[in-house]
Order: sequence, then structure tokens, then C-alpha cells
Amino acid sequence: MNGIIKNILRFSLLILTQVYVLDNIRLHQMATPYVYFIFILWLPFKINRSVLMLLSFLLGYTLDGFRHNPGFHAAACVLMAYLRPFLINLLITQESSDTSYEEPSIKSMGGLLPYIVYAGSLILIHNVWLFALEAWQFVDIGYFLIKTIVSTLISLVLLLIIELLFSRKQKFRTNAA
Amino acid sequence: MKNIFIFIHRHFNFLLFAGLQIFSIYLVVSYSKYHEAAFSELSNEYTGAINTKYYNLQKYFYLKNTNDSLIKANELLYNKLKSNYAIPDSLGKSFIDTMRLDSVAQFKKYEFIATRIVSNSISSQSNYLVLDKGTNDQLKVGMGVVDHNKSVIGIITEITDKYSVVMSLLHKDSHISGKLTKGGQTGTLSWDGSEVNAITLNNIPKSSKIFKGDTIISSGFSTALPKGMTIGYVDKLYKDPSSNYLKIKFLSAANFYNLQYAYVIRNFEQDGIQAALDKIKKQP
Repeated sequence: MNGIIKNILRFSLLILTQVYVLDNIRLHQMATPYVYFIFILWLPFKINRSVLMLLSFLLGYTLDGFRHNPGFHAAACVLMAYLRPFLINLLITQESSDTSYEEPSIKSMGGLLPYIVYAGSLILIHNVWLFALEAWQFVDIGYFLIKTIVSTLISLVLLLIIELLFSRKQKFRTNAA
Repeated sequence: MKNIFIFIHRHFNFLLFAGLQIFSIYLVVSYSKYHEAAFSELSNEYTGAINTKYYNLQKYFYLKNTNDSLIKANELLYNKLKSNYAIPDSLGKSFIDTMRLDSVAQFKKYEFIATRIVSNSISSQSNYLVLDKGTNDQLKVGMGVVDHNKSVIGIITEITDKYSVVMSLLHKDSHISGKLTKGGQTGTLSWDGSEVNAITLNNIPKSSKIFKGDTIISSGFSTALPKGMTIGYVDKLYKDPSSNYLKIKFLSAANFYNLQYAYVIRNFEQDGIQAALDKIKKQP
């Protein structure tokens, strides 16, 4: 129950921050810093895959609602959610962190590097798909590539800053009541 | 039959993924073409309400800019006042005027409706603005929107009773026609999605002489915008070797970074012109 309320709060705070703070920032006409998908990154390990995808769709759809462009972020988020379990399986050995911690974090992934690989690749997938959909009519490959890479790096830096600012207390699943 | 259920059960996640993905892409594709999607009605009501709350908070930070723009608009209006002109007093005695009270009302073509901008995006490749007035205030889809200096901002594409969504000039599907004041050539505007406030004017013949700083105005060929609203000022020229046309990069007159208020232009002849056009379409 606690977890649900926490995630609802996270959902609304991340969407509001994205819409009213970060969407107003545009770095050198290139990239918009995205952080709203942290919600997807931070969902528990043990979440049902269908629920994960539906929640991600809802997240993307909500952001689309604010931007009056339905579909773009929803599509990117669903792709992200679909690929998330595969990445987690690749990066974590089954018996160790996966079973003892609730959510993906630096600690539960067993170090900074796996966590950055996990977050970075998901963010990259999100950005590639989002900008490819947005850029359907444009054929400027160079601009598209630079935009994708710069956006991904900015999002990663923001994610690490957020990790440092809001330290999440990680409960051991085995000890959790 | 049993095999189908087993298949669905086994690949449920992938099927759900594919379904959601197709639905999202359907929304993307269909929305750019038909703006009255079922999506807009509901979500505009909710996001509009949240945006209004946020706007009320934010507007204090822009009071100075708002004030400056109002002073400029006032200056413009003061200069048009009748009392500024010395009209010789040709009639010594008073008389009863038999004209109507407002004698020009029947010839009025356009009406400006003041609105507040409650949300404005510049960060994506298809940007929209949201105004705090809708069908309750006689706004309609297809009306043009200008800022306080009569610089073009965009055209209304969606509407609910309280809010209206404007497709800004900074939208990849926005194709307003623009005209050069000097030569009178008309072309179509388009935005390449990269730089805010920098828009392209296409289809201008190569033979025309154009210089940096020339003004581009609305052509008045559509019912949305009257002729002569400023759109922007020429910045750079590009010659496309494969065609006979120039590409003109220009800076928009409206500054999309800090828009606060907007005026929607209501064209009283819109219905008449539309009816005439429909008539032509019906004829084989």
C-alpha cells in the first residue's frame, strides 16, 4: 500500500516537473532534458510485466496530454517498459540483488557502472524512438544523432543528480514486513 | 482453438507491447491529420485547468514584460486618437445627427478578442499554445491568433468550451502563407523544427530582390488572418540549385519565448466565404 502511494506521488511530481520546469529549458536549440521516465526506471523489480507496460503507457500518455501531441511519448515509454526486464536480467545475477532489494538503484544493481548501463541504455532507447517518431518528415540524420546523444547524456546527468539529492531508502525484501 | 489460447497466453506481453505501440503510433499519425481527435476534448479540459493554475502563479514573474507591452500598445492607440488631429471646426451650430450611433459597425470585418495564454510549448517539433477562451467566447477552429504587436502566432486547431489550442508557427505542419512587403511575392511558411523564432519562407522566385531585414506579412488569402499582420523579418537567403525558388530564413516578429497575451481574430466574413467555397466543391 505504501509503495502504491509513493509511486502515485512520484508519477505526479515527475510529470509536473517535466512539464513546468524542464520543458521550458532548451539547450542550444538541441535537446530538452527529460527526467519523467525515472518513474519507469524506479518501478520495483517484481512488478508484473503487463502492469509495467500499462503504467508506462499511462505516463507517456499523460505527458502527451500536456504537450497536445498524443502518441509520441506513449510509444517511447512502452518500448522502454517492454525492454526493461530483459536489461535487468542481463545486468543482475538472479540470486543476489534482484531478490534482496525492491527497486533498481545504484546499491541494488551492485555498483555505479551497471546502474548507468541500465539507465543509459533505456534512456537512449526512449530518445531514439521518440526523436525518430518526431522527425518522421525531416531527413537531417546528423541533427537527429546529435540531439539523441546530447539528450541522453543530459538525462543521465540529471538522473545521477536526482539520485544524490533524494536518497531512496532501500529495504531488504527479506526483512520487509 | 486451444493452440491460439496457448499462443496468446505465452506471448501475452509481446502482444500487449505491440498493441500499445500500434495504438500510440496510430494516435501520432491520425492526430496530425485530423485535429478533432477524441483525445483532445477530455485531455484539454484537464490539462487546461492545471495550466491555468500554474499560469496564475507564473504571471507575477512576467508583470514587467506585460506592462511594457501594454505601454507600447497604448502608445500605438493614443497616436490613433481623433483628438490628435486638428480638424477644422466647420460647423458653428449644433445639429441632430441622423446617422446610426456606430455608423461603421455594419462594415466591420474583423474583431480582436483578447485572451491569456495559459500554456506555450517551444521545445518539441510540433508546438502548441493554449488560450483561456473557447466556444463560450465565440472562438472557432481556423481563427488566426496574433500577439499584442499584431505579430502572427498561429491558428486555432482545437477547441473546447473554455479553452482553445493554437497550432503555433513553430509547428512542422503549420503552413501559413506569407508575403513580402517590398516585392509582393507570396510564399508558404514552414518550420524545420530546429531553432525557435527562426522560420522558413518557401516558393519565392529566384528573380526577386530581397534584402536582410525586409518585412514579411500575412497575405490575407485565407480567412484566418487579415492582410498585413507582421510575421517576421528576413534574416538569410538560401538558393536551392535544383529549383527556381529561394528559401528565406526569417526571424519571427512574435517572440515565442515570452508570450503572455494573445488576440484571436474573428473574421465576420468567414462563414460567407466558407459557404461559397463549399458550393464550389459540391459542383462536379
